[in-house]
Amino acid sequence: MSDESRLVRVASGQGFWGDDLEAPVRQVEGGPIDYLMLDYLAEVTMSIMQKQRARDPQAGYARDFVPLMERIFPACVERGVRVVTNAGGVNPLGCAEAVADAGRRAGVTGRAKVGLVSGDDLMDRLDELLRDGHELTHMEIGAPLSEVRDRVQSANAYIGAAPIVRALELGADVIVTGRSTDTALTYGPLMHEFAWSDDDHDRLAAGVVAGHINECGAQSTGGNCMADWWQVPDLAQVGFPIVEVSPDGTFIVTKHEGSGGWVTRASVTEQIVYEMGDPSTYITPDVIADFTSIQLDDRGNHRVRVHGITGRARTDFLKVSIAYSSGWKATGTLTYAWPDAAAKARAADVILRERLQRLGLYFDEIRTELVGWDSTHGTLAGSPPADLPEVQLRIGVRAEQRSTVERFTREIAPLVLTGPPSVTGFAGGRPRVQEIMAYWPALIRREAVEPHLAVDVKEV
Amino acid sequence: MVRIQLVHLAHTRSGDKGDTANVGVIAYDPEHYELLRSQLTPERVKAHFASMVHGGVERFDLPNLGALNFLLHGALGGGGTVSLMNDAQGKVFSTALLRMEIEVPADVAEAVRTRGRVPTDWDPRSAGGTE
Repeated sequence: MSDESRLVRVASGQGFWGDDLEAPVRQVEGGPIDYLMLDYLAEVTMSIMQKQRARDPQAGYARDFVPLMERIFPACVERGVRVVTNAGGVNPLGCAEAVADAGRRAGVTGRAKVGLVSGDDLMDRLDELLRDGHELTHMEIGAPLSEVRDRVQSANAYIGAAPIVRALELGADVIVTGRSTDTALTYGPLMHEFAWSDDDHDRLAAGVVAGHINECGAQSTGGNCMADWWQVPDLAQVGFPIVEVSPDGTFIVTKHEGSGGWVTRASVTEQIVYEMGDPSTYITPDVIADFTSIQLDDRGNHRVRVHGITGRARTDFLKVSIAYSSGWKATGTLTYAWPDAAAKARAADVILRERLQRLGLYFDEIRTELVGWDSTHGTLAGSPPADLPEVQLRIGVRAEQRSTVERFTREIAPLVLTGPPSVTGFAGGRPRVQEIMAYWPALIRREAVEPHLAVDVKEV
Repeated sequence: MVRIQLVHLAHTRSGDKGDTANVGVIAYDPEHYELLRSQLTPERVKAHFASMVHGGVERFDLPNLGALNFLLHGALGGGGTVSLMNDAQGKVFSTALLRMEIEVPADVAEAVRTRGRVPTDWDPRSAGGTE
């Protein structure tokens, strides 16, 4: 720990559940890294996983992670790359067991340990917590959770890095967590390697910024980069970000040599502002980072140095991610062709709405958009020109009752023969009815959660 | 002074937090940051988005990065899985701000005339990795 020139490389291999399956393989095999972090969870992911687990007790985690580990386990063990992921979702135990099985199939038996972090799941404790006076008030609308208690599907606390650090101390090579904070997957290993303490606020904050740059995969290395996007080289094999961190918390953002994409001041800045709230107060379970202190120094050759970051003491609370059932929805689409494509689509919308009304169906919302004209810029797109070559009519509905939405899905196809002309694009069949999982963000005192966190490390 | 669209002066990225869209605006040229700061007031941004944003608009400055961060409340039709919008998570919301007109000196307008847009002679095949 005393060597101030020592670097720790934390590579990002996955920015969401569904990201590039080859990226983690390229990160492990493409050059030296010490840690591979894989972020699988977004706000809505936990509720999807909860539904899967309700149908199958073995499910409820990012299943892609298991075959991935089977593939990269031998290389990780040989190269000493340790993997940290929140792939566990609402079933980290099931995920950890499946990963251990994958390790045995991959031939690393006796040569690797799998660490399991659990206790972030508050679902089974919810009534007890409410009874004990934790109101879990909605952070934006201020209502108590009791208003929707009977419809809650999942409740997980965003937990900090302490259990990850503990699992690393216990020698885990692969750490599977549930709702760990995304950034903790990066700064946890740094706390472990550099023995940063809880009150090293500036260094922890630097770790948080490194984590924020890592957590969306290639979004910091040229993917989805707006600045001069047409010049980004070789996105077909885009290099995912790697942070090379020094013990003092300064770090370089880079990617493997020979990989595609680019790391520039612009690509890194775009990721820094992504999903940003008040930049001076970026709250995590372990520290509050000040993003207005970040200094970037573009050194060329895909190396951006990040330094100057300050932080301050963490709050007494953890954020809780709660999902609750909130009705049903479906979206239907049809494509109208020139001439007067937009006029035909608008007419179809009027006819459809009248039919729904005649059927006596009540919807909480009906939303009509013209894809190809106004679905992203609304009225800022102006009025569509008469010579618009084509447009997709997109109608979404939302209702309390599933049957109401089901009926809507049967009203789209008839428009092909009973509405305005020149319509196509209905090969996909009826729209799919989806249950709406609404998001309920809340805060809870950390002492209601942290004593329940558990770390279990087992030999494969 | 000349009016030009923001697309020539800044690049943006947006995301969501519930029903709030965030729009990060980054000056291509640090010299234009003050220009953006003086003209992209929360009031003007709110007026620009009048039909799309139903709540308030907040602005936070990141002079260290030549960036501004806007929070547009009530912008995503309920947000998350509730929203019926094509862009329910506000992924491209920021591009609608790029349409906004900014007043700049004529020499600035001339200098940034082609900035932010794909060159007219650009060939999509060059997005491939092989030369």
